[in-house]
Amino acid sequence: MSIELLIVQLLNGLQYGVLLFLLAAGLTLVFGIMNFVNLAHGSLYMMGAYFAAWAYNNPIFGIQGSFILAAIVGIGGSIILGIVVERLVLFTLYERDHLDQVLATFGLILVFNEVARFIWGPSSYYMEVPEKLSGSINLLGIDYPAYRFMIIGVGLLVALGMFLLIQKTRIGMLIRAGASNATMVGALGINIKLLNTLLFGLGTGLAGVAGLMAGPILSVQPGMGEPILIVTLVVIVTGGIGSIRGAFFAALIVGVIDTIGRVFLPILLTTMVEKSLAQAAGPATASMLIYLLMAVVLAFKPQGLFPVKHG
Amino acid sequence: MKPTVNFTSPRFYVPALFLGALALLPVYAMLAHQPFYVTLFSRIMIFALAALGLNFILGYGGLVSFGHALYLGVGAYAVGILSFHGITNGWLHLVAALVVGILLAALIGVVVLRTSGMTFIMITLAFAQMGYFFVVSLKSYGGDDGLTIDNRSTFGLFDLASNTVLYYVILAFLAAVFFLFGSLVESRFGMVLRGVKSNERRMLALGFPTFRYKLVGYIISAQVCVIAGFLLANLTKFASPSYMVWQVSGDLIVMAVLGGMGTLFGPVVGAVVYLVVEEFLSSLTPGWFPKVEEVLNKHWLALMGIFVIAMVLGFRKGFYGYLVERELKKEAGRAQP
Repeated sequence: MSIELLIVQLLNGLQYGVLLFLLAAGLTLVFGIMNFVNLAHGSLYMMGAYFAAWAYNNPIFGIQGSFILAAIVGIGGSIILGIVVERLVLFTLYERDHLDQVLATFGLILVFNEVARFIWGPSSYYMEVPEKLSGSINLLGIDYPAYRFMIIGVGLLVALGMFLLIQKTRIGMLIRAGASNATMVGALGINIKLLNTLLFGLGTGLAGVAGLMAGPILSVQPGMGEPILIVTLVVIVTGGIGSIRGAFFAALIVGVIDTIGRVFLPILLTTMVEKSLAQAAGPATASMLIYLLMAVVLAFKPQGLFPVKHG
Repeated sequence: MKPTVNFTSPRFYVPALFLGALALLPVYAMLAHQPFYVTLFSRIMIFALAALGLNFILGYGGLVSFGHALYLGVGAYAVGILSFHGITNGWLHLVAALVVGILLAALIGVVVLRTSGMTFIMITLAFAQMGYFFVVSLKSYGGDDGLTIDNRSTFGLFDLASNTVLYYVILAFLAAVFFLFGSLVESRFGMVLRGVKSNERRMLALGFPTFRYKLVGYIISAQVCVIAGFLLANLTKFASPSYMVWQVSGDLIVMAVLGGMGTLFGPVVGAVVYLVVEEFLSSLTPGWFPKVEEVLNKHWLALMGIFVIAMVLGFRKGFYGYLVERELKKEAGRAQP
C-alpha cells in the first residue's frame, strides 16, 4: 500500500463522485420541487451518452471526432428528449402518488433500453478520449489521466454553477420558493408548469453531461443507466432528498468510499483475518459498503445528512 | 355473522376459476403433449406467490417496497448453498430460508420503516441491491454465474424431482397463502395494518404502536417471497443473482398493480396476465407480419414498458380490482337506494 496508490484512488473516487453528483443534482431537484420520482433519469443519462458517442463517431456537417460537437449533441439531445418525455408522459403523474410515478418511469426504462438496443445494437458502443486530453498530468510526481481531471473539473464547475443559480438568481429564488410551497408560487402568478418543465430540462441536461463524460471511460451500452441510477438514489437519500448541497457532499463521500473500499478493504482484511476468508469477504463487503453507509446514516438521521427545511 | 358464499361475486368466481384452471392444467398439458406448460405455469405461480406476498404490505399496508426480489434470492440461495454442501433435505432448506429471511427482514425492516414515502421506496431498493452485490461477490458459490443445484429438495416421504409434484406443491402454497391472507386481512392485525395505510397518525393517536405492526407485516410479506424463492430454485435447479436484480422487484409491483393492488386475489391475476403476455411476446414466431414480428420478438421488453406505462395512466385499478370495485359499488347502491 503506497501513498501514490492512495492518491490515485482518491482522485478516482472524486471523479466517480462528481459523475454521481451530476446525476443526483438533477434527480434531487425534480424530487424536491415537484415531489416526483424519476427512475428513468438513468435512461436519460444513457441516451446522453449514446447521442454524444454517435456524434463523435459519425460525421455531422463533415466534422467528425469533435468533442465539442459531441457535447452539444449529447447534452442538447438529452435536454430535448427529457422535455419531450416530460410533456408527453410525466407531467400527468405529478399529482399521482409515488407508486404510480415509480411504475411509469420503470416502464420508460424498459422502453429506452430497447430503443437504444434497436438503434445502436446490443453490444457496447465506444467513444474515444479526445486526443488533446488523452495524455496524463503530473501532479506531485503522480501521473493521472488528463481526461479524468477534466471530469473532476467540469463536475466542480457545475456544482459551483448550480450554487450560483440557486442562491443568486431569480430563477433560483423561484426554484427554492417552489420547493417549499409550489401552490403559493403558482398563486403569485408564476407559471409553475413552465418552471417545472425548465427544471426537468435542467436535470436531464445534467444527466446528459454525465453521459457525455462517462462515454469515453465506460462502455456505452443498453442498461448502463440502471446501476448508476441506483447508486445515485443512495446518494440523494443519504444526502437528504431535495438538497443540492446534500447531493454534492453525499456524492463525493459515496464516490470516494466506494472506490477506496473496493481497492483497500480486501488488502486490509488480509492483514486481519485468514487469507481465504479475506478473499471471500473482501469484495463482498466492499461492494456493500455504500449501502451500509446509507443504512447507518438513515438509522440516525432518517431525513439524510442535509435535510431540507420546509415552510 | 356467518360469511356466506356468493357465487356471482367476482371475489368468489375469479379465484375459483383461476385456481381450478391451474389445478387442471397438468392434465391438459399431459393430454396435449405439452409438458412445457407445466414448467411455464410453475414459474407463473411462483411469481404470483411472490406478488401476493408483496401485495400484503403494498396493498394493505401502503408500504411501497421496491426490494422484495431480495427475499426471492434468500429462498433460492438457501436451497443452493445447502445443496452445494450436500444437504438436500427440503425441510432444512425451508427452515434455513425462513430463519435467515425473518432475521434479515427484521433487521432491514427496523431501518427502512423509520422512513416513509419516497425514501422508503429507495432504501428498500438499495437494500435489495446490497443483497444482489453480496451474492455476486460470493465467488465460492458461483458469484456472477449463479449456483447449479444438482437435485431438488427431498421431503422424506416425497421429493420434488417430478415436475408435476413440484407444480402441485407450488399450487398448494399459493392457495394456502391466499386463504391465509384472506383471514389475516380481516383479523385485528390486518385491520390495524389497513388503518395504518389510510391514516397512520390517527392509528398512533388511538394508541396503536404502528411501527411494530408495520414491522410484523413487512416480515410476513417478506417470508412469502422467501418461500417463492425456495420454490423458484427448485423449479430451475439454479440459484442465480439474476433473481435478485432490481427489475424483478419492479415486475412484482407491476403484477400486484396490474391485477388490482389491495385486493386479495389481484396479484395472482396480475402475475398470470403479465407473464403470459411476456411469454407470448418473447416467443413470437414470424407469421402474418414477419418483419414486424421479428422486431417485436427481439424488443418485446419495449412493449412491456409501454404496457406498464399505459396501465399506470389508464388502468390503475387492475383487472381483478376493477371487477371487485364494480361489485362493491353495486352493493353500496343497493344499500342506499
